[in-house]
Amino acid sequence: MAKTSVPQIKMPLTGNDAGAYAMKQVNPDVVAAYPITPQTELMQEFAQYVHDGDVDTAFITVESEHSAMSACIGAAAAGARTMTATSANGFALMWEVLYIAASLRLPITMAVVNRALSGPINIHCDHSDSMGARDAGWIQMYAENPQEAYDLWLIGIKAAENHDVLLPAMIMYDGFIISHTMEVVETLPDDAVKDYVGPYKPAYAMLLDEKPFTVGPLDFHDYYFEHKRQEIEGMERAPAALAAAAAEYEKLSGRHYGPVETYRADDADVIMVALGSTAGTARYVVDVLRDQGKSVGLMKLRTFRPFPHGEVTDALGKTKCVVVCDRVASFGAFGSPTFMELRSALYEVAERPLVINYIYGLGGRDTGPDLLEQAFEEGLRVARTGEIEQHVSYLGVR
Amino acid sequence: MEKKKGWKDVPLGGLIMEAGNADEYETGSWRTFKPVLDQEACNNCLICWIFCPDTSVLIEDEKIVGFDYVHCKGCGICAAECPKKAIEMVLDEEK
Ligand code: SF4
Ligand code: SF4
Repeated sequence: MAKTSVPQIKMPLTGNDAGAYAMKQVNPDVVAAYPITPQTELMQEFAQYVHDGDVDTAFITVESEHSAMSACIGAAAAGARTMTATSANGFALMWEVLYIAASLRLPITMAVVNRALSGPINIHCDHSDSMGARDAGWIQMYAENPQEAYDLWLIGIKAAENHDVLLPAMIMYDGFIISHTMEVVETLPDDAVKDYVGPYKPAYAMLLDEKPFTVGPLDFHDYYFEHKRQEIEGMERAPAALAAAAAEYEKLSGRHYGPVETYRADDADVIMVALGSTAGTARYVVDVLRDQGKSVGLMKLRTFRPFPHGEVTDALGKTKCVVVCDRVASFGAFGSPTFMELRSALYEVAERPLVINYIYGLGGRDTGPDLLEQAFEEGLRVARTGEIEQHVSYLGVR
Repeated sequence: MEKKKGWKDVPLGGLIMEAGNADEYETGSWRTFKPVLDQEACNNCLICWIFCPDTSVLIEDEKIVGFDYVHCKGCGICAAECPKKAIEMVLDEEK
């Protein structure tokens, strides 16, 4: 364990506990939320902190997620540090306002506890909710476990609020698998969190600024494009802001958070790519297969937006076959979202690897080591023969 | 026509930092029909002035004196609301 500048306090926490605890330590000005499984518990715990006077947050209980995000936007525009959380269909109900939060450049942060979008109705994990909003202008990071859920939310706040960026950020963690599973989490002391996020400095604040101004007016063909270009620039500056926020966090915690994380991948013929909790399973399978002398490794993709194409190219450019596992289907597309982005990132690589895609775990379908081993074996076959039989396959479907 | 600002110079997130600058936006160019006043029929009740969404009915000494064609969009609300049928919407052929 690296030496840290503050003590780490070990606590047994589920993903939802960890999220609520991070919120408590941040003590945001405003939280507006609506319950939805598997996020409900997170906000229930936070509401308890509000009730007990542990925070002085204005907690707005709204009638829908559309209202939750709208209230967050109003609060953030007024000059408040604002947080919320949702899952699945609640997330879908926020849809139009997600874009407005980003285009108004309001650094709201939100936990998205990943759950399959209906229908058919299902309350278990996949990434169909957050993946659908990958073009909404939000920073998106996927946590592997409760520890990352806690850490990434704090890092996300710092990066989102950076005045070079000013975009909202969502932190994803897998519904039930992470949200309801308890692990030992190392937390920071309250003061350290407070110092780390610092006092909120809004770029503009309707209720605090002296001079009145207009937020959210009509913006036609003559200026809309310029404002979108400006928003794109904010996202382009996000990698540097995320790296700076993570570096500062590493000093406090000893935990390093880059946009990608590799495991036994340097010399591997086959590298699996996974997001969220599945990365943990894949790490175990890598060890099992390495013990059998098989040349396999893992690249966990932590940051999906901004997509870290440089880091992806560096991590995967020299391997023979990349096996992209995604917990989401993109209907009618050539492969899943991560497959498409990643193959595009590898296009300029001189001897680029072959890339195959597995869609897995939809609606919470359990994806154990046996299934990932099957995907690795196909990757090894592709690496050996140089031939892809099928670009996109489905893991664990009957 | 002034040169429009590029993305590096426009206010963050589409904010409008000056109050009342809608005045600079010449919405009159949107118009197809323009309101024309029949002074004889008008009783200066000013209902048109109350209803105009673009404050384009011009008033002096509590009397209607005409229309601000730089901003009037030609919506026809004034003509529709006038109890004396003193406003006619005519095809604006000048543009
Ligand atoms: S509503 Fe008709 S009558 Fe009344 S002031 Fe306007 S034009 Fe004249
Ligand atoms: S046509 Fe419409 S915009 Fe023009 S003066 Fe009448 S009410 Fe106002």
